Amino acid sequence: MKRLLLLATLFLAQPLLADSNLPPAYWSERQLPDPRQEAEAQALMEQLRCLVCQGQSIADSDAELAGDMRDLVRRRIAAGEKPDAIRAWLIQRYGTWISYKPTDEPAAWPLWLAPIALLLVGGWLIRRRITVRRS
Amino acid sequence: MSRAVRFAPLALLLAIIAALVWRLATPTDTNVHSTLEGKPVPAFDLPAIIPGKPALSSAHLATGQPHLVNVFASWCVPCITEVKVLQALKQRGVHVDGIAVRDRTADLADFLARNGDPYERIGSDAQSQVQISLGSSGVPESFVVDGKGVIRYQQIGPIEASDIPTILSQLGRAR
Repeated sequence: MKRLLLLATLFLAQPLLADSNLPPAYWSERQLPDPRQEAEAQALMEQLRCLVCQGQSIADSDAELAGDMRDLVRRRIAAGEKPDAIRAWLIQRYGTWISYKPTDEPAAWPLWLAPIALLLVGGWLIRRRITVRRS
Repeated sequence: MSRAVRFAPLALLLAIIAALVWRLATPTDTNVHSTLEGKPVPAFDLPAIIPGKPALSSAHLATGQPHLVNVFASWCVPCITEVKVLQALKQRGVHVDGIAVRDRTADLADFLARNGDPYERIGSDAQSQVQISLGSSGVPESFVVDGKGVIRYQQIGPIEASDIPTILSQLGRAR
C-alpha cells in the first residue's frame, strides 16, 4: 500500500516550467507569403545556431528563443534586408559561433586545409604503390 | 617491424586517453558570451509592463550613472533567488533595471509581489528582440552598463550572493 501511494505521488509531479506563457511570435511558425523570400529566410535559418539547443539550427529547434529568432529573420527578410546582413548583425552580438557557415578566420584554416592535405597524402600513397609494382 | 613502429599504437592510445582526461577535467564553456562588452547598448525602447513602473529604453541607461540591467522573467526559476540578491545590491545604492522577457502583466506583478521588487524600471520584451540585440541567450543574465551607456560586463546565469563583490567592482569601474 505504502509503495502504491509512493508510486501515485509520481503522478502529482509537475514538469518545471521552463517556457513562458506567451504564444509563439507571429512569424516563428508561419511562412512568408513571397516564396522567394521564404526560401531565402529558410536557407539562412538552417545556418543559424540555436542559442538554447546548441547542436540545432533555429529552423529545427523548438526552443522559444529559436522561434523568436525565426520571427526576427523572417521580419527582416520581408523588410528587404539581405541574409548576409542579418547574419553579420547576429555575429556582431554572439560571435561567429552563431553561424554554421565556416568563416576564413585562422581557427577555421584546418577545416579548409584538411581536404588538400588528405588529397596530398592519398596521392603519395598511390604513388608509393605504383612504384612498388614497377620494381 | 622497428621498435618505434611497434609502440606507435600504444602511444596513440595514451595520447587519446590524455586528451579525454584533459577534456573531462576542464569541460568546455557552453555559455554564449555577448560580444557587445565594451560597446554601447543597442538602441531600444521597451514599453512598460507593470502599472506605475516606468518603462525602459536605451536612453535611460546613459544618464551618467552606472546601471545593472537584469534580463529576467517571471517564468524563470533561478530568477526567484536572484531577485533577493538584486534587493541586496539595491540597498547598496545600485540602480537595477529589468528587461522582462516574454512576460505578462499579471504573472510579473505576482512574481514581484511574491519575491520582492528591486527594479527602478522594467521594460517588456515580449518577443525577445531586445534580448537578442543584446547578445543574451537566456534568462537570467545581467549587464553592467556605465554612465555613457556602454556595456562593461555580462553576467550569465543568476547573480548569487558570492557574485556581489564582482558586480560591485564592475559597477565601480563603470562609474
